[in-house]
Amino acid sequence: MTEQLDAGMVAEQIADADALSSPRRGGELGRGRRRKEDAKLLTGQTNWTDNIVLPGLLHMSVLRSPMAHAKILSVDVSGALEMPGVIAAYSGADLAEVQGSLPCAWPVTPDMVHPDHHPLAVDEVRYVGDGVAVVVARDRYASADALEAIVVEYDELPVVLDMESAISDGTPLVHEDKGTNTCFVWPFAGGEDYDATKAKADVVVKRRFRQQRLLPAAMEPRAVVVAPIAAADDYTVYSATQIPHILRVMLALVTGIPEHRIRVIAPDVGGGFGSKLNVYAEEVLALVVAKKLGRPVKWTESRSEGFQATIHGRDQIQDVEICATQDGKVLGLKVDLLADMGAYLQLVTPGVPILGAFMFPAIYKMDAYSFTCTGVFTNKTPTDAYRGAGRPEATYAIERIMDELAHELGRDPMDLRRQNWIKHEEFPFETVCGLTYDSGNYEAATEKAEAMFGMAALRAEQKARRESRDPIQLGIGISTFTEMCGLAPSRVLGSLSYGAGGWEAAQIRMLPTGKVEVVSGATPHGQGHHTSWSQIVADALGVPFEDVECVTGDTDSSPKGMDTYGSRSLVVGGVAIHRAAAKVIEKARRVAAHLLEAAEGDVEFRSGTFSVKGSPEAKTTIQEVALATFAAHNLPEGMEPTIDADCVYDPENFSFPHGTHLCAVEVDTETGFTKIRKYVCVDDVGKVVNPVIVEGQVHGGLTQGIAQALYEEAIHDAAGNLVTGTMADYLLPTAADLPHFDTGRTETASTTNPLGVKGVGEAGTIASTPAVINAVVDALRPFGVNNIDMPATPERVWRLVQSGGSR
Amino acid sequence: MIPAQFDYVAPGTVADAVAALIDGGEDAKVLAGGQSLIPVLRLRLSYPSLLVDLRKIDELRGVREDGAELVIGAMTRHADVISDPLVRQHAALLAEAAATVADPAVRHRGTFGGSLAHADPAGDLPAVAVALGAQLVAEGPGGRRSIAAADFFQDYLQTALAPDEVLVEVRLPKLQGRWGVAYEKFSRTAQAWAIVGVAAAVRRDNGAIAEARIGLTNMGSTPVRAGAVEAALAGASAEAGTIAEAAAHAADGTHAPSDLSGGSDYREHLARVLTRRAVTTAAGL
Ligand SMILES: Cc1cc2nc3c(=O)[nH]c(=O)nc-3n(C[C@H](O)[C@H](O)[C@H](O)COP(=O)(O)OP(=O)(O)OC[C@H]3O[C@@H](n4cnc5c(N)ncnc54)[C@H](O)[C@@H]3O)c2cc1C
Repeated sequence: MTEQLDAGMVAEQIADADALSSPRRGGELGRGRRRKEDAKLLTGQTNWTDNIVLPGLLHMSVLRSPMAHAKILSVDVSGALEMPGVIAAYSGADLAEVQGSLPCAWPVTPDMVHPDHHPLAVDEVRYVGDGVAVVVARDRYASADALEAIVVEYDELPVVLDMESAISDGTPLVHEDKGTNTCFVWPFAGGEDYDATKAKADVVVKRRFRQQRLLPAAMEPRAVVVAPIAAADDYTVYSATQIPHILRVMLALVTGIPEHRIRVIAPDVGGGFGSKLNVYAEEVLALVVAKKLGRPVKWTESRSEGFQATIHGRDQIQDVEICATQDGKVLGLKVDLLADMGAYLQLVTPGVPILGAFMFPAIYKMDAYSFTCTGVFTNKTPTDAYRGAGRPEATYAIERIMDELAHELGRDPMDLRRQNWIKHEEFPFETVCGLTYDSGNYEAATEKAEAMFGMAALRAEQKARRESRDPIQLGIGISTFTEMCGLAPSRVLGSLSYGAGGWEAAQIRMLPTGKVEVVSGATPHGQGHHTSWSQIVADALGVPFEDVECVTGDTDSSPKGMDTYGSRSLVVGGVAIHRAAAKVIEKARRVAAHLLEAAEGDVEFRSGTFSVKGSPEAKTTIQEVALATFAAHNLPEGMEPTIDADCVYDPENFSFPHGTHLCAVEVDTETGFTKIRKYVCVDDVGKVVNPVIVEGQVHGGLTQGIAQALYEEAIHDAAGNLVTGTMADYLLPTAADLPHFDTGRTETASTTNPLGVKGVGEAGTIASTPAVINAVVDALRPFGVNNIDMPATPERVWRLVQSGGSR
Repeated sequence: MIPAQFDYVAPGTVADAVAALIDGGEDAKVLAGGQSLIPVLRLRLSYPSLLVDLRKIDELRGVREDGAELVIGAMTRHADVISDPLVRQHAALLAEAAATVADPAVRHRGTFGGSLAHADPAGDLPAVAVALGAQLVAEGPGGRRSIAAADFFQDYLQTALAPDEVLVEVRLPKLQGRWGVAYEKFSRTAQAWAIVGVAAAVRRDNGAIAEARIGLTNMGSTPVRAGAVEAALAGASAEAGTIAEAAAHAADGTHAPSDLSGGSDYREHLARVLTRRAVTTAAGL
């Protein structure tokens, strides 16, 4: 369907990363500071989008399709307009001229099928939850009541929900006019020819893994408020989004409102993990409705509405084949992927499995790699980047199949991994996919994890329980993962047909009173950016941590940015800040030299103070320099009166954090219940700016990855209704269900950035899912089990035990 | 998740509550802790015209003794039931089961009476009421009447209460003699509803099991007693083998639902395993 992308091309794009000098370690970097953000968050002094109340605010509600596929025969909103408090009501047809089509910024192949995606469906609905009409009323209650007075006539069409039937002949089409449910086919190969390599192999192991569909459940639901100034054709959009900068561009493109007339603000944002990395129908609808009415409009999702209308995660079928020699050397890997797009393409829907494509070989050396992904339309909510986007799926597949290969060969699973992984001394290492892993030390992380875990004792206990046929069986799961973080070198993104770059912007403003403002284009939504940024700047400039203030999430005050996702904020945005700080110092050095009447080359900067070599009493602080620059009475000839500095940083390469996660589970074979007995992880995220934040990120990630393994699953009935539509049925674990996390770290500095950092946001969620499932399968091996679909619910486990492993 | 409009009253006496229910007609509903009713309203699964809130009626709250009975006010919150010394002494099974309900926030709002009146077969407390042979006292326009737990639960979310009746209190016979109790709740997460639950109270006498009372949660459209197990245990020796044999009858005569959290065959199996475990614990083995 499309030309094969070649691993060599990717390698070339990232090969010439300049080896940067190792970072200077000051007092602030690596210090476990409490997060600046928390006092405000914990005392409720927050500014969530839904808290925003403006004079004359109207409330928008969306009527959603109860059918997964139907022609819209008519939409009659007149009943709603007669309800008390209702100001306006619109069908898709009413807004057809102004609502545009929601963007997909990642056309992965030139011939990708890209259907229109109207914020409100006009002729046809394609999933349960597709917007059909909106009501705008004086309050939320009135607008919710009025939805019930809208009459829609549908002509039901056949639905297609399952990917394999969607791509078979004669199946109903999600988009009739496109003539196919296949969105794209994306092949990729690296190294030698896979089939030729396989011919040389002694052992071939195949498995089918399912990445079940996940429903994002950020603590803060999505919300948007649009405040128009009609006379000026000027719009402020407040949104619970991860991407105010991208959203601004996209809203301009979708609605035709000039970009410079739109200001996007992401106020306090309560989590996302990708679910707020999008351009959503409701953001466009609130904007066009506010424009029409000339009044501010708010929309806030309810949890069950969000379960239908916020993007879903995962939903892939992975056919994985690994081949190896009898003595355990991995020769090749073949992956055939079906990826469910849902009914439409959202911002990066097709790109998610492509991001994963490069990570299947993970930390292992092999000769051949073959990958094909087929993107498939179904009558379900669109999927998109969530919780690691592509990379958790890839890591799951490789870490599961490595266990299966070990079992096939009668080898210890860690031993087999050790035989095949990239040795510490082999870095930088170009993988079979053409990525260059800059650094890593899998041996060190594993050694530390095994010691913390007490592997020998647990294996002995497992043996005893097996021998005594204890109803409680013990299983041990391993995941030695790596991930591709720090999205990303712009030209690599370009070579993968992504619509934007991967740089990040920073600005440092030296205020006359000696305080510092840091402007960053990375938009926090709970991670603690402001704390980390303050530490980086305090360390570089020698100013007190408390004197640094961060400005983020507003396209007026932080006008340039690529926002937060893909564990990129520190690796790209943090490095941009670090570089801007270096520029500030150089400008300030010039002023200091002038003030101290010394040659610039003789002025040294240490811990916030400029001094002259050889005459230690001649010195001035960076704060004094800032004030002198503000006054501008006595500056070097020709110098602009500012020591502020900007940096837009485009990384040379991704970063590759890694780690070893070990999980022991107790499986009650009578009930099928799995309890995590012990969880140890040693993550290597490069240099650590703030260990407290790293710990928090790891805990959150582990929880989410464990949730996929054991609890979460979006289930649809045959008509396409989401039957896990509330949290009573879509189960999320809480602290009560989780073990103590034994976390450890090794630090192998990244060599591609001056801070030596690698990114931590997704590590836990990527590594933990396979660790848990490997443990469950290990516990059930004596029953003939060699695979289990996620989530490993008690019923599923029990049925496998009953049937001796056949599924 | 915005409920439709309704009227609201919070009367100070049961008589006024009953009067309000009569005035409100078929569409009036009692509001207790709101932990089941409010979600139903928010999902627009029900459109009552009037809510009669019982929270101001003090006499509906609290635990007292009345001879051989323990009397628990319908509006007593789960958290208060759990920590009440009289409940712990005379109806420890109830305290144990109530402690497994949801999370602390729900337990500080949800009420014992509300749990019974809601009659969700997945609720943990109906099975306890049935196992312990509770009498449920309701007040309506014609005064008070007492309904045995076994007759109270009629179908899924359906009770013997008339629309204009208020459940005022629950009377539990005090357990006399050497009783041990256990509530085995099987759920996927700590806060989730029971897939199956087993409430067991066992009286030991001279090394044997003199009497067992076993209630099953979520094994049908109402809570049920595991009669066959109770019969097999009466007078049996308190040994693992005997208990296991008896527990094998736990699903006899039940009509377990089949849904997202488990097929009926799985539930039947769980009922047997959990009954064995609950009885074993309750018997002090
Ligand atoms: C997140 C969550 C998890 C939960 N998990 C569990 C669980 O694991 N196990 C469990 O057992 N329960 C669970 N519950 C339900 C909880 O126990 C509720 O408290 C209980 O079901 C209802 O009690 P309530 O006082 O809140 O009643 P309400 O919600 O106020 O009322 C429920 C129904 O009973 C009627 N009613 C209430 N009181 C009376 C009365 N005195 N007279 C007549 N009618 C009355 C109401 O009209 C209504 O129809 C959960 C609830 C939530 C929100």
